[in-house]
Amino acid sequence: MLRHSALVCASIILASGMVAAQSEVSVDTSQLKGPRALEEQTKAAAIRDYLESWQGMNEAFEQDQPNLLDEDFIGTARDKLADAIDEQTKAGIHTRYQDRAHHIQFLFYSPEGLSIELIDDAEYDVQVLDHDKPVSTVPVSARYIVVLTPAEVRWKVRVMQADSK
Amino acid sequence: MKPMLTRLLGSLVMALILAMMPTAHAQDETLNVPRSIEAGSAFSIQNAGSGEATVYIVGPGQVLKRTVQLGTATYFPAGSVYNAGHYTVILAQATGTSTRSLDVTPVNTPASLSFLAKPSRLPVGLHDGITGAAYVFDVYHNLIATPTTVSFELSSPAGAAQKQVVSTRAGAAWTQMDSTSQQGSSKFVARVGVISSTSIIRQVPGDPCDLKITAQPSGQLLDLQTAPVRDCSGNAVPDGTIVTFTETYPGGQSTVDVPLKRDVAEVKMPTHDGATFTVASGVILGNQIRWGK
Repeated sequence: MLRHSALVCASIILASGMVAAQSEVSVDTSQLKGPRALEEQTKAAAIRDYLESWQGMNEAFEQDQPNLLDEDFIGTARDKLADAIDEQTKAGIHTRYQDRAHHIQFLFYSPEGLSIELIDDAEYDVQVLDHDKPVSTVPVSARYIVVLTPAEVRWKVRVMQADSK
Repeated sequence: MKPMLTRLLGSLVMALILAMMPTAHAQDETLNVPRSIEAGSAFSIQNAGSGEATVYIVGPGQVLKRTVQLGTATYFPAGSVYNAGHYTVILAQATGTSTRSLDVTPVNTPASLSFLAKPSRLPVGLHDGITGAAYVFDVYHNLIATPTTVSFELSSPAGAAQKQVVSTRAGAAWTQMDSTSQQGSSKFVARVGVISSTSIIRQVPGDPCDLKITAQPSGQLLDLQTAPVRDCSGNAVPDGTIVTFTETYPGGQSTVDVPLKRDVAEVKMPTHDGATFTVASGVILGNQIRWGK
């Protein structure tokens, strides 16, 4: 299983280029439940798209552009993030999310193939700027529960919620 | 060896100095934030000192900024922070910043279900043919990650029900059920407490189970007719299902495809001495009739 995860990790690093170059990624499928097998290609695509969603989220928050979320987020996750961007715009602040590491554990691939659930023990820095003046940069370690659903050509994040460890 | 020892001693001295530095700790002690709150509940942040400062509560789920008076408690009324997640709380004042973490947990009462069932149409009597997955959310549409009991119920058109009770894992529960033996629309319900979500599953007859033909002379032709065609559960196979009649005789063979109409397929075929008539539908082969010498 470790060897298997390491192979996935290597392929993701190759496949996702810039994102993986900046953050350390490990993947574990030993806790995966459900009657549907998670094929290698599906797994690699889900991880690639999830990692890219962090980049999309960072750009959307940094530029105060909720529409930048559309490529990676859908449904509740998209709505909540967009609302948060509106709130920070009104407050005159910007936030930057720079992810450093993702320890991804697949939990569930729904039998009909319409959702993948994973846990990500993510490490990232959140920087807060008030009217472009840096307030603080805080290293964060948080466990995210993530639900991905397939869209036209990629997996999109439908639920992204930090859970107390 | 000597430079290495010097470096080691230098590191120890630096570590001691850092451990004794009061500034960072003193700043952090100025900010008292609850470690965790339930989504939507009221809370307050205590801070020490005097003068004005700014509190930021920042997370991907929500962003809040408040100007506060140091030395007093800042009260956040119910509904201020309702999106579950991990938040960074920053108190910024002229002398520096203090940070804390705030975890917002989902309300533990389910308020909605996201229920996906598949397929919407399938043959009767299929083992594990129907699957359903449910995600449980609170009133703020936060995924409830603590184990929650979900019941799945599939009622057949006759009223009998299959029921399974499943505990969620990280907010998700799933099940597999057999399609019932009777054709028609079934209700597939996922339920958590008083919250439920329903999908309609249409169950259609399976393949024909048995084919029987009878023959009746009709002038120069032979009138071949099937008995009403049923699946293995006794449901009538839908009209339009193709039934193939084949006549094999010395020197030739002819085949006619006929759609079922009101459960029966019928065809008139020319007769040849020594001919054999067979019937088939899909992979099912029926009886055969020999005609003439």
